[in-house]
Amino acid sequence: MTFSLEILGISVLWTFLFGYIMVGSIDFGAGFFNGYSLITDKEHILTKIIQRYLSPVWEVTNVFLVFFFVGVVGFFPQTAYYYGTTLLVPVSFAILLLAIRGSYYAFETYGARGHKGYAFMYGLSGLLLPAALSIVLTISEGGFITLKGTTPVLDYWALFTSPLTWSIVFLSIAALLYISAVFLTWYANTARDKAATELMRKYALLWSFPLIVTAFGIIMVLRTHNPVHYNNIIDLWWMFALSFLLYLGTVWLLWFRKNYGVAVILLFLQFAFAFYGYGIAHYPYLLYPYLDLYEGFTNHSMAISLVIAFILGLCLLIPSLYLLMRLFLFDKRYIRGDVKKT
Amino acid sequence: MINEKAVFFSRVLTETTLSFHIIYATLGVGVPLMILIAQWVGIKKNDEHYILLARRWTRGFVISVAVGVVTGTAIGLQLSLLWPNFMELAGNIIALPLFMETFAFFFEAIFLGIYIYTWDRFENQKKHLLLLVPVAIGASFSAIFITIVNSFMSSPQGFEIVNGELVNVNPVLAMFTPAMPTKVAHVVVTAYMTAAFVLASIAAFRLLKGSNHIYHKKALYLTMKLGLIFSIATIIIGDFSGKYLASYQPEKLAAAEWHFETSGSAPLVMYGVLNENKEVNYAIKIPYALSILAHWNPKSVVIGLDQFKEEDQPPLYIHYLFDTMVTLGMALTGISLLYWVGTRFKWRFIRSRLFKWISALTGPMALIAIEAGWWLTEVGRQPWILRGIMRTPEGATTSDYVDQMLILFALIYIVLGIGTIVVMIRMFRKNPVERELKDREALQGGAKS
Repeated sequence: MTFSLEILGISVLWTFLFGYIMVGSIDFGAGFFNGYSLITDKEHILTKIIQRYLSPVWEVTNVFLVFFFVGVVGFFPQTAYYYGTTLLVPVSFAILLLAIRGSYYAFETYGARGHKGYAFMYGLSGLLLPAALSIVLTISEGGFITLKGTTPVLDYWALFTSPLTWSIVFLSIAALLYISAVFLTWYANTARDKAATELMRKYALLWSFPLIVTAFGIIMVLRTHNPVHYNNIIDLWWMFALSFLLYLGTVWLLWFRKNYGVAVILLFLQFAFAFYGYGIAHYPYLLYPYLDLYEGFTNHSMAISLVIAFILGLCLLIPSLYLLMRLFLFDKRYIRGDVKKT
Repeated sequence: MINEKAVFFSRVLTETTLSFHIIYATLGVGVPLMILIAQWVGIKKNDEHYILLARRWTRGFVISVAVGVVTGTAIGLQLSLLWPNFMELAGNIIALPLFMETFAFFFEAIFLGIYIYTWDRFENQKKHLLLLVPVAIGASFSAIFITIVNSFMSSPQGFEIVNGELVNVNPVLAMFTPAMPTKVAHVVVTAYMTAAFVLASIAAFRLLKGSNHIYHKKALYLTMKLGLIFSIATIIIGDFSGKYLASYQPEKLAAAEWHFETSGSAPLVMYGVLNENKEVNYAIKIPYALSILAHWNPKSVVIGLDQFKEEDQPPLYIHYLFDTMVTLGMALTGISLLYWVGTRFKWRFIRSRLFKWISALTGPMALIAIEAGWWLTEVGRQPWILRGIMRTPEGATTSDYVDQMLILFALIYIVLGIGTIVVMIRMFRKNPVERELKDREALQGGAKS
């Protein structure tokens, strides 16, 4: 793997996908905990915290996703052909779930408040959304798409009976609940909300175990499903080992109620190592075995102009994102609710 | 391999999504500018009413943006889901503005989030106003970039196809197509115009329904004036659009105008119906007007549909769409002009209930014009998805489940549409202007003492 425009393109996209998975997980998980707390009457503990954090940033979260799929079609136009043709149903389902989430923000948070059923659906959609989207990753492992002539066709039966599908679905759910709980532990702690901190800490510890079990499970399933990918993962063992150590670090800090801020940083690093490790091991395939990075790449002039646009775009985005985070994520007065909105 | 059923339902689903999304998208582009203007006027005149106007518009705007994010994500994904072959080709040539659009929207979303949650975090109101500038710029640039993509579909350039291979791709040239200047200007200006009239409708409606507060009168005056400015701009740009069409997409202009035979001194056909023999009945024909619209010159030759093969012609019903759009555009200009002149000279008619009803209708009229305009653009490009390069059926998916997805999305849009209306009405009814003004006075009085 030498440096090339192809590598640069996929690295940018993979980074944005990573961004989406992290901020999206926090968002989806928070929605789920919010819905769950409605059933268990812990509503008042969480709702405020969640609303203060989620409402200003959810549109930004969504743009990470849009950025990813627009970027993929830009850098690798052939993905539109392979994935576009086959993913109509799962992705349409994901849009339905996004619609539930978006409308919840629109109608409940910004408008009138307080419909329990809505909050519940909103929470549930957060669980199902990563499950629906993670199917894309499953399919990219190969074995579910076959070519009929030149037309790619998705075998739904094979997809829904495969242990790989379900272990990836479970991992995505466990990961999102874990990520979200760890992050909200820190957020609640910064807000000096003791009860919420304790509750989120409990959830985080609760989900840490299933997370690591499914993560190892997937590697095992891959061994039979896609040996090429499996072997690449084994070659990159050190990345996954580091990720595991970082995971232990987070759990240790949570267990002993120490420095939740560091726990969040370790959490991000843990997922970064695992996610990039997984991605590098996937190289060079975009869709195993039909489409690889080089074959699917756009023409040279488009690639160059996309890279230039990306760099210029980042010059705009990074300071803006910094401002957003400073105001809502790192401003202790805001987190504690000392500052009001309209 | 073409799946006829998939092609049909892909078209219907895309039309459904676009027709729904365009309402939110148009308001999303136009309303930030209106808020910006209102808040600026408020700070300049030191008038609490305009500030409150900006505040209340923002609250409604946030709801429409949230729904627009959903429908925008839907259309973004549907482009690849329903038109994978088209996107594979187009991705190679026109991906740049699509990519830039996400940046523009990113920028807008970040500052919108900051803007709404920082109303009272700044001592200096002007600083808060500044946050709105990137929102308005981001919104307008989103529209510009997306319209660039749409223009490319009408007049593709910036590449060559040699033996079925795509060569010499020039992404910048692909962005600046002949269709681009008029189309971009038209879309952006009509978005401003529509936003102004929709907000004018709300003010007029409140005045009709019992509230006689000066707040609504100020709102109506401001928005009608803005509506007038932008509708005049729309007419001027519309004229240039006609000239673009005559030179680069003559079949579309000819179909929209039922101009069958190539001829000089061509009249403009307004309204009318077409019988089976393709004869126009009951139409108003304005002599020389089509030639003027096409080439500035009353004698000039305008290419008719006789120059095109049957299978390359757009459907003739686009004439009705064209008429709808133009008539409504003209009517809106007329109404807002009447309002402006009438207010200056204190005509009683302007203060009558009848005229308030007319004013209340301007918003719906503008939205219908927007819908008709987009249908005209999209249907008028048929049978092509990429004019001259790829026919619509060739671009479509071959998937079998498009019809079920159509039902799913139709339901989503119905729920979102009803939800938007119900929530907005509830939100503003619960908190009428009179009460909010009183609350704010009490708050500020308290702060001073």
